[in-house]
Amino acid sequence: MGRSMAGNGRLTRFIIRRDFVRLFLWVVSISVVTLAVPLSFQELYPTQEQRNVMAETMRNPAMTAMVGPGNLEHYTLGAMTTHQMLLLTAVAVALMNILLAVRFTRAEEEAGMTEMIRSLSIGRSSPLSAAMTVLLGVNAVLAIVLWIGLTSLGIEGMGSSGALLYGLTLGGTGLFFAGVAVVCAQLAESARGATSLAMIVLVGSYVIQSSGNVTESVMIWLSPFGWVTSVQPFSENNGWPIVFLVVSGVVLGSIAGILQGKRDLGSGFIHQKPGRAHASAFLKTPLALVLRLQRTGISIWAIGMLILGLSYGSVLGDLESFFDGNELLANMLTGNSDRPVAEQFLPMLMLVMAFIATIPGILALHKLVGEEKKGRVDSVLGRRVSRTQLMGGYVFVAVMNGVVMNSLAATGLWLAGRSVMAEPLTIATVFGASAVQLPAIAVMIGVSSLLIGIAPRWSSLVWLYIVYSFVTLYLGSLFQVPDWAARLSPFGWVSEWPSESVNWMAEGGLLAIAAVLVVIGLFGYRRRDIL
Amino acid sequence: MPILDVKGLTKTFGKFKALDGVDFEVKKGEVFGFIGPNGAGKSTTIRVLLGLLKRDAGTATIFGQDVWSDAVEIHRKIAYVPGDVNLWPNLTGGEVIDLFASLQGEVNGKRREELIVKFDLDTSKKCRTYSKGNRQKVALVAAFASDAELFILDEPTSGLDPLMERVFQQCVEEVKEAGKSVLLSSHILSEVERLCDRVGIIRSGVMVETGTLAELRHLTRLNLYVELNSPATDIGQIPGVHELVKAGDGWKFQVDGDKLDAVMTYLSKHGIRRLESAPPTLEDLFMQHYGDVTGRAEAGDS
Ligand SMILES: Nc1ncnc2c1ncn2[C@@H]1O[C@H](COP(=O)(O)OP(=O)(O)OP(=O)(O)O)[C@@H](O)[C@H]1O
Ligand SMILES: [Mg+2]
Repeated sequence: MGRSMAGNGRLTRFIIRRDFVRLFLWVVSISVVTLAVPLSFQELYPTQEQRNVMAETMRNPAMTAMVGPGNLEHYTLGAMTTHQMLLLTAVAVALMNILLAVRFTRAEEEAGMTEMIRSLSIGRSSPLSAAMTVLLGVNAVLAIVLWIGLTSLGIEGMGSSGALLYGLTLGGTGLFFAGVAVVCAQLAESARGATSLAMIVLVGSYVIQSSGNVTESVMIWLSPFGWVTSVQPFSENNGWPIVFLVVSGVVLGSIAGILQGKRDLGSGFIHQKPGRAHASAFLKTPLALVLRLQRTGISIWAIGMLILGLSYGSVLGDLESFFDGNELLANMLTGNSDRPVAEQFLPMLMLVMAFIATIPGILALHKLVGEEKKGRVDSVLGRRVSRTQLMGGYVFVAVMNGVVMNSLAATGLWLAGRSVMAEPLTIATVFGASAVQLPAIAVMIGVSSLLIGIAPRWSSLVWLYIVYSFVTLYLGSLFQVPDWAARLSPFGWVSEWPSESVNWMAEGGLLAIAAVLVVIGLFGYRRRDIL
Repeated sequence: MPILDVKGLTKTFGKFKALDGVDFEVKKGEVFGFIGPNGAGKSTTIRVLLGLLKRDAGTATIFGQDVWSDAVEIHRKIAYVPGDVNLWPNLTGGEVIDLFASLQGEVNGKRREELIVKFDLDTSKKCRTYSKGNRQKVALVAAFASDAELFILDEPTSGLDPLMERVFQQCVEEVKEAGKSVLLSSHILSEVERLCDRVGIIRSGVMVETGTLAELRHLTRLNLYVELNSPATDIGQIPGVHELVKAGDGWKFQVDGDKLDAVMTYLSKHGIRRLESAPPTLEDLFMQHYGDVTGRAEAGDS
């Protein structure tokens, strides 16, 4: 090595200075959530009895698959935190490391920055080793902050050694995935490719962990997340899997160094395979182009919405058993209704899922503005394609996105609910409660069309409207938001079916408003300059 | 009837008048060169012609139809190559060419393959990996493979190497022979000089000159070099003489086209030993229209 590491220190300081805020925010947000959870557990489940009830609701394979195994026999506050939080936080830390590592390495290289830096008196390996140094530091800081933070909470059952292991497990996971990501950054030729490759490793590791823990097989040792779930801080305090994580991280980092020494700047080991020399028979219309360009995004959102539905659905079982054991609480929440508890909660869950389903719809429509800004609309409109046809295609895809994503979440909820509930919700109930949200989603897409058609520079305002709706409706009950404020959002007009009957006037009105907005947007788009 | 007819075209962006009464026409089978300094309004004119921008005043028709209201109909017979070719990074060049062909309507598969070979383009690569020149080739192949009647090309060769530029020129000559029309905006004046039948010069949104190269030359100065028998001290005083410099035994200067006769009469009195003349290049013409004439002419002479 020697000269090849020249300037490593300078470069490390440079990365930290340039990305300090980013690093700081990651560490702070992960730490805050980690420290807030045991505190709120202490509030919610102050006695061991209550925690034991909670432990019972956790005793199902869906939960194990999601958060891993836990010490349910001695479900102390510490064991509870580890069980419900450690694995999911580890995933977040892994994500942080992947994004940062690719940003520091392949993204820099792709943008041509590395070329400039290497032309200075900086060694060949320095950009990579500086990136690894920074990530090592970030993970170490995170581990120490969590150790000190968790210890200082002074919660019973959360001792210092457990806190240290908790912090080190997360730091070790981070280092492992930093190593994975820098190797991927050597293999792939683009930042996008490197991130996708590392994400495949992340998702794969999670899935192996899930099935390994559910079947209690040795498979868990194949996955870093399996190592994470074997530590069990605050109960078993089994530290040596952390050694695996750290050593593998360092080995992966060294492998990345060796790989980098063998390749040219800007190239990779996985070469982009030659694509199609001809377009497929499908890619012939503007609509096909929209779908083709968004297919990856749409698929990822689809999987995400299904998982969201599944995870909401899996809570329904717990909800049932929780309220069955506590009549007083049940009465308080559901206002003496004789309907099942799950049905009472359904409109709220559906509302949240509909909000989230709106996002891919709006994103799909906003791609039209993105295309315009990137100057690619000229080439399409310069051909035999009318503006109505072009924008119509985007609106269509946006609406389909909303409908499909919302229904996928409902499907997930129904599937999971069926397997965990004693009295499952009927398919009609679930999809009905989901479908009443659709007119509101349509209005949001309408607002977005209107902005794109007549005031493209302001098209992002629709996000503000979505945030406003979310705050007034979802958090509204907490903040005592007046009724009229909620009614300013289309979601404020959606019926809380099945708790109340469907207001067909309101639903029809929303659809009519959505249609009018889209039509005005289309007219505006036909009349305005393409920027 | 001209294929493309523009009269009094005006376009403002906010308060800024980008086009101020532009007039010109392109006839059938003609290659029209569209030149002017940066920011003169060439791309703006072209984007109005494509129906991407809405004009504020004037008329603009292609094939006798209005460029704004009949855009889709017109585009059936138009091929457009933008100056900045922006393509979708995750589609291959081949996919983009085919997509453009299907959006156009007619697909000429044989011609597509010929052009890909001619332009030496690897169509199986993702557009993300293409250089500027290669992206331009994608747009050029898509354009010349179409059965368009009018080609609208906005600085199509700004990223091409000299070899590819030659291929491009051949393509333009071929479509011209086939009786089709071309509107070519370019900063490469030798290219315009070689390809174009008529030229329009635009400056600050105003068409300052249009005509054939011969017509434009007539309006401009001739470059002269003379050696005289008897010393003539007052050549610089003759009306119509510009840029006078002593060069070796003689004088170099430019003469206004319409003053040539008077100047020659004067010179012949002093006994002409040697006379060389050169027609103005398009570059001279261009320089003459755009400000800094002296500075650049002197730099060129020394
Ligand atoms: N969308 C727009 N908004 C505001 N001003 C614009 C817009 N498009 C063009 N302009 C302005 O109009 C003028 C003409 O621009 P145009 O792109 O037509 O020039 P050009 O002749 O093509 O120049 P170049 O040779 O550099 O390509 C420029 O001053 C430009 O800044
Ligand atoms: Mg231009």
